[in-house]
Amino acid sequence: MNMVSYEPYVTEDGRTIGDAVMELRNITLRFGGVVAIKDISFDIREGEIRAIIGPNGAGKSSMLNVISGFYTPTEGEVWFEGGKRPPMRPYQVARQGIARTFQNIALFSGMSTLDNIMTGRITRMKSSLAAQALWWGRAQREETEHREAVEKIIDFLEIQHIRKTPVGRLPYGLQKRVELGRALAAEPRLLLLDEPMAGMNVEEKEDMSRFILDVNDEFGTTIVLIEHDMGVVMDLSDRVVVMDYGKKIGDGPPDEVRRNQDVIDAYLGVSHD
Amino acid sequence: MTEFLYAVEVMINGLMAGVLYALVALGFVLIFKASGIFNYAQGVLALFAALTLVGLQEGQIPFAHLINAMFGTELHHFGWHLPALLAILLTVGVMILLAIAIERFILKHLVNQEPIILFMATIGLAYFLEGLGDIMWGSEIKTLDVGLPQGGSFWIEEKTAVLGGDGFYGFFIDKLDIVAALVAAVLVIGLTVFSQYSKQGRALRAVADDHQAALSVGISLRFIWVLVWSIAGFVALVAGIMWGAKSGVQFSLSLIALKALPVLMLGGFTSIPGAIVGGLIIGVGEKLFEFTVSSSWFGDAFGFTMSATENWFAYVLALIFLVFRPQGLFGEKIIERV
Repeated sequence: MNMVSYEPYVTEDGRTIGDAVMELRNITLRFGGVVAIKDISFDIREGEIRAIIGPNGAGKSSMLNVISGFYTPTEGEVWFEGGKRPPMRPYQVARQGIARTFQNIALFSGMSTLDNIMTGRITRMKSSLAAQALWWGRAQREETEHREAVEKIIDFLEIQHIRKTPVGRLPYGLQKRVELGRALAAEPRLLLLDEPMAGMNVEEKEDMSRFILDVNDEFGTTIVLIEHDMGVVMDLSDRVVVMDYGKKIGDGPPDEVRRNQDVIDAYLGVSHD
Repeated sequence: MTEFLYAVEVMINGLMAGVLYALVALGFVLIFKASGIFNYAQGVLALFAALTLVGLQEGQIPFAHLINAMFGTELHHFGWHLPALLAILLTVGVMILLAIAIERFILKHLVNQEPIILFMATIGLAYFLEGLGDIMWGSEIKTLDVGLPQGGSFWIEEKTAVLGGDGFYGFFIDKLDIVAALVAAVLVIGLTVFSQYSKQGRALRAVADDHQAALSVGISLRFIWVLVWSIAGFVALVAGIMWGAKSGVQFSLSLIALKALPVLMLGGFTSIPGAIVGGLIIGVGEKLFEFTVSSSWFGDAFGFTMSATENWFAYVLALIFLVFRPQGLFGEKIIERV
């Protein structure tokens, strides 16, 4: 079985969306008797911003955790870059080029912004333990290369002024930005963002939206995004999966999804008058 | 004047003793930082490392007593004597194997458990290792000789004798203590550089900070735990060599772990420099205190003298610290935002 091939399509702002990077086939996830995800299938295509939306407890984060390997699906298959993915640990998934951020920021709070983003490049560092420990030439050269890549990300996210600040001391919005930076540092094939704008004020949300669009635009990164805020999602994403009670109730471009009666019911509740 | 010089000598010797406390405390800090586990077995690890080193160096046959008892044989030695350096390298290998075994058979099964459970597991590990060390290498006191200089330094004694009057013969400082201090310094600098600037060091700090986030950037927790326990095993070996060379390799060595506790309370459980400074303060503190309260002028002034204060001084000091600065001198202050 191969990945499904699609006609490339061009988005409103002129980006070309290619073949599927990842396909989720009939994913079911159970915790004991609780079914978090019920038989969901969808795909993520090269270069697109794919949103997963739904009310609280719909199973969005569970879905993201399946993709990033934090959960192993009870049933179903994950296909990544043309091959079926065997059950993997999260760090192995990360090494395959899938980076993520967390809903409740998971940064290394004792480390500086720079060091946090540097850890994002760990999977790309090749030098052996011995060479690293003894600080020999190659390790040093590598360190310099990685520092350059990290500095670019710091410039890109406009966080030069907090390079040396321990991230635990930063305000919430900036912490979210550093977390995005750490995920970007891995130069991921697939970037997973779990509610990147949760708890932000309007200004911070606008900043974050701009960065997400820029990442997609400038680096061509494929992004999967979970978001609560419908307005933000509709503006950002190319295609949207809508979940409710662990089931998929809608899938398509934002405009189409917005008109879907099931989606409207799920979000606004069904009126009975 | 002579009294003052004696006090200085006592202080210097205290510093040197403190270095040994610090070495043991260092092993605790490494594991605590990376995994949040208070490793009760750290002292036994030092004992086990020292036993293994002596055993390998002297060519002892492991489990000889057991084998003899079971099969009626008369085994005891292979009949070789390894050079110190080779024996040390082999022991490092054994400690790494031990780290892998600990991860494989204990830690792997206790992921995401409460700290108290992990703590209990290390208590179990401590007793297991003590028993294993006994069965493998025997329980008699062994002399450890890896060629470290021993005895007082005459050079220092001669050079410092001129400071005092007729009754003063110069500072008596054990050469072994000086070596221990140098080794500890090199060890701390090495570990700091490793953890600040290397890929694995960065991964180690990342794991110490947040497990989930560490996984998400592609760090294997299991590898890091093996690495941390290997390093802790190496530090234990260094501590074992120093203590063993000073007072012979005996099972009471595992009790020095208890002295590391007040050191950690003073220095903070999460700080490498803290372990060193804490060790030095305890070392100097207990020696100076003993010197003061057992001296004749203290007796004259207060009408009594005390002795054997070294047994409890460190703990009382730690207790006072707990009241005023629970996170220790260098530990991270825990502030919960409400």
